[in-house]
Amino acid sequence: MAIEKVELDTFPQLLLHHSKQRGERPALREKKRGIWRTVTWRELAEETAALAAALAARGLQRGAHVAFVGDNRPRLYTAMCAAHWLGAVAVPFYQDATAEEMVSPVQSAEITHVFAENQEQVDKLLEILPRCPTVRCIIYDKDRGMRHYNRPELVSYDALLQQGRELAAKGGVSQAESARSAGQDAAFLFFTSGTTGPAKGVVLTHQSLIDRGRVAAAAENLTDNDVAMAYLPPGWIGQNLFGYVQPMVVGYCVCCPESSETMLADMREMGPTYFLATPRVLEALLTQVSMRMEDTGGFNQRLYQAGMAVAQRVGERTLGDRLISALCEILIYGPLRDVLGMSRVRVAFTAGDAIAPALVTFFRALGVNLKQLYGSTETGFFVAMQRDGQVKPDTVGPVADGVELKFTAQREILVRSAGMFKEYHRDPETTTQARNADGWFHTGDAGYLGDDGHLRIIDRMRYLGALKDGTVFSPRLLENRLKFAPYIREAVAFGDGRDMVCALIDIDMAAVGRWADKRSISYTGHADLASQEEVYGLIADWIAAVNAELAQEPALAKSQIHRFVILHGELSADDGVLTRTGKLRRGVIAERYRPLVDAMHQGGKEVRIDIEGGQADIRIGDAKVVAPAQIRSAA
Amino acid sequence: MNISAILQSSQRAFPVGAPILELDSISLRFGGVKALTNISFNVLEHEVRAIIGPNGAGKSSMLNVINGVYVPQEGSITLRGERLAGMRPTDAARRGIARTFQNIALFKGMSVLDNIMAGRNLRMHAGFLEVALQLPRARREESESRAAVEEIIEFLEIEHIRKTPVARLPYGLQKRVELGRALAAEPNILLLDEPMAGMNIEEKQDMCRFILDVNDHYGTTIVLIEHDMGVVMDISDRVVVLDYGKKIGDGTPEEVRSDQNVIDAYLGVPH
Repeated sequence: MAIEKVELDTFPQLLLHHSKQRGERPALREKKRGIWRTVTWRELAEETAALAAALAARGLQRGAHVAFVGDNRPRLYTAMCAAHWLGAVAVPFYQDATAEEMVSPVQSAEITHVFAENQEQVDKLLEILPRCPTVRCIIYDKDRGMRHYNRPELVSYDALLQQGRELAAKGGVSQAESARSAGQDAAFLFFTSGTTGPAKGVVLTHQSLIDRGRVAAAAENLTDNDVAMAYLPPGWIGQNLFGYVQPMVVGYCVCCPESSETMLADMREMGPTYFLATPRVLEALLTQVSMRMEDTGGFNQRLYQAGMAVAQRVGERTLGDRLISALCEILIYGPLRDVLGMSRVRVAFTAGDAIAPALVTFFRALGVNLKQLYGSTETGFFVAMQRDGQVKPDTVGPVADGVELKFTAQREILVRSAGMFKEYHRDPETTTQARNADGWFHTGDAGYLGDDGHLRIIDRMRYLGALKDGTVFSPRLLENRLKFAPYIREAVAFGDGRDMVCALIDIDMAAVGRWADKRSISYTGHADLASQEEVYGLIADWIAAVNAELAQEPALAKSQIHRFVILHGELSADDGVLTRTGKLRRGVIAERYRPLVDAMHQGGKEVRIDIEGGQADIRIGDAKVVAPAQIRSAA
Repeated sequence: MNISAILQSSQRAFPVGAPILELDSISLRFGGVKALTNISFNVLEHEVRAIIGPNGAGKSSMLNVINGVYVPQEGSITLRGERLAGMRPTDAARRGIARTFQNIALFKGMSVLDNIMAGRNLRMHAGFLEVALQLPRARREESESRAAVEEIIEFLEIEHIRKTPVARLPYGLQKRVELGRALAAEPNILLLDEPMAGMNIEEKQDMCRFILDVNDHYGTTIVLIEHDMGVVMDISDRVVVLDYGKKIGDGTPEEVRSDQNVIDAYLGVPH
């Protein structure tokens, strides 16, 4: 079925359209108590109208801000529909944000109503309530443990819906209310994760998001038969585009897994056809596959390795290769796609951060149509995207329809499109700084358009640095190559203003732990494992392999990683070193690990640092580097 | 909200009521060894009642008496006003007493789901043939039980291991599954034998929360044995203290904590 030419430009209009057009088709599915339960478009529209009636009765005003704190659940999205129905602005939060992190967004957006998933979220809100006087009403979904709360602000979703149904029966809020919104009204306020400084509130309109959603849907031929999984943080624009905007545009079905732990199994049951993942998710999947493969017997392992080797030789295939890969399709790729729940995936996108080319190649080799996507919250997410049949691992593809690109002399990417954000919330100054009078938005990313018209991203402008001898140094590029190893969960490269590149390594506890178990290396915990000589050897070998690769590329040969340290604990968003989407906060990391980084560059063998309750000696490892002479001959 | 505040607050969904279980002058001997000597206490409906004491104090024996595993030589057990003499474990189960064990007693090779389904045994009445032929009653009972089990799985937050064989689970989760199996019988009284033994702090906190939630959500009366004093004091309404098979204290956690006999038993007395 082709996409209908409907020019509805607000979410309530789209919702009503689908409820008429495909009322009995699934809009949302949720696995609850072991069974997939369906909400049809008609039911969604009906529940939305009832909920909106009750919310209006509880004083939700047009243009007010409603916060959403919780995991991906049909009720979260229904409540979002209801907020939009009344012309309110949806402010999705990251569900794992701490109470303290929520204070400033709630204050700055002057949130009046909050939709909270459960007791945990309600507790956070009640904690900050004295500092957030604008909050009038907190709606909670799951009533477990909520019996003892008797505060006037609190109301359960069920009670609200009940009240709304009664009001709706008496007339309630008319559909006219839903038609009063205009396309240029604000629909969402996203607080960006902010790799530097506090979060910025990005306001996007109905029109701009729907525009971007339509462009991408047309490029990928999305239909209402498509199925997507809602599993990424609801506070992230990507999740909202794939889980709210695009379903509204196309009418496809969104499935909510039972919990984050059951995601893989649930995905396998639903067989999504349209899939969005962050590089981090893909890395985790790859680690899982590698770990399980290591656990299998010798024959299976060899079969897998041989099969993957053939798959990676795309392009230069002989007839023999083709025969083998047909066999592998039956023996390896097919079953592996099935285990990953990707058997039916027609289009998969990776977005949110730079990705290692090898990671993309791995999934594509399996036969998953994984493509890269470039965009940010401010630019409405879809700026450039790879097209079927012309996927090159080192680019993010040609620009999406309706997007204009321009580059500054420093190679910064400027974007202009209909999908652009409206403004930074209550911050006209920053808005004009970021976007000039002609509508060009400064992305802060460095990149260039190749002759083939594909956009290539170099790095964030402010992360680009130079080694002492002037060679351009891009940390992310190196880190992504390091992270391709299942044993490395996170890596941070330092080289700006230094004479060599060194890296902090955060090992993947599960993968390295299993590796150690197999070799009968005993350890007591993360810190102990991280300081083992064998583990240093393991990481050094991998870095040496990465260095050998880097040496092949003249521009990167000097960025080889000379020294490294394995961190004693994992980098975590709760310590403020990562954002909630898992991006590195380089400033914070550089500050916190300064003694380590300095010691690496100064050439010591060990460094003593202060830790909680004492001091610890941390080893510094050396990695094999390809010498300059060899580089020249190689080049 | 603070846990003890909930326990104390009058808003408890199931307020503590009349005695549901009364133990009167129980004495239990194994040959010449006196496991329990003249112990009397009661359990009120909907309360969390703890039995504590140093190793070898007779805590598990006490639980086994309530459960019908041991029949005491002397004394009587009264459940809801009915005197039970020579009760066997199956009788106890039929009367709504479920339990967990100190050393986990699950079917190791079976999945979590099947283990908890096993706890529905007494709730299913279809005979062998009915089940084999999938007759209507068998099918109805099966799906009713599955729904009840799924509710418990959600309650205990173990959706992700539903189909995992129990033997592959870490200890803390196995304990949770065992609690799930006990809950599947929809008991009035739940006996927990050292539910927190061998757990790390995080697992203990989780287990405390689940025990309190069970009490709060289903109104289940809970009798638990524990030697970790801290945990017990936080979650119990009243505590019985045993030492060498004798009752040396009984009362609220505060009363017990300040009782000289209890302090002596736990910390030792200078001789």
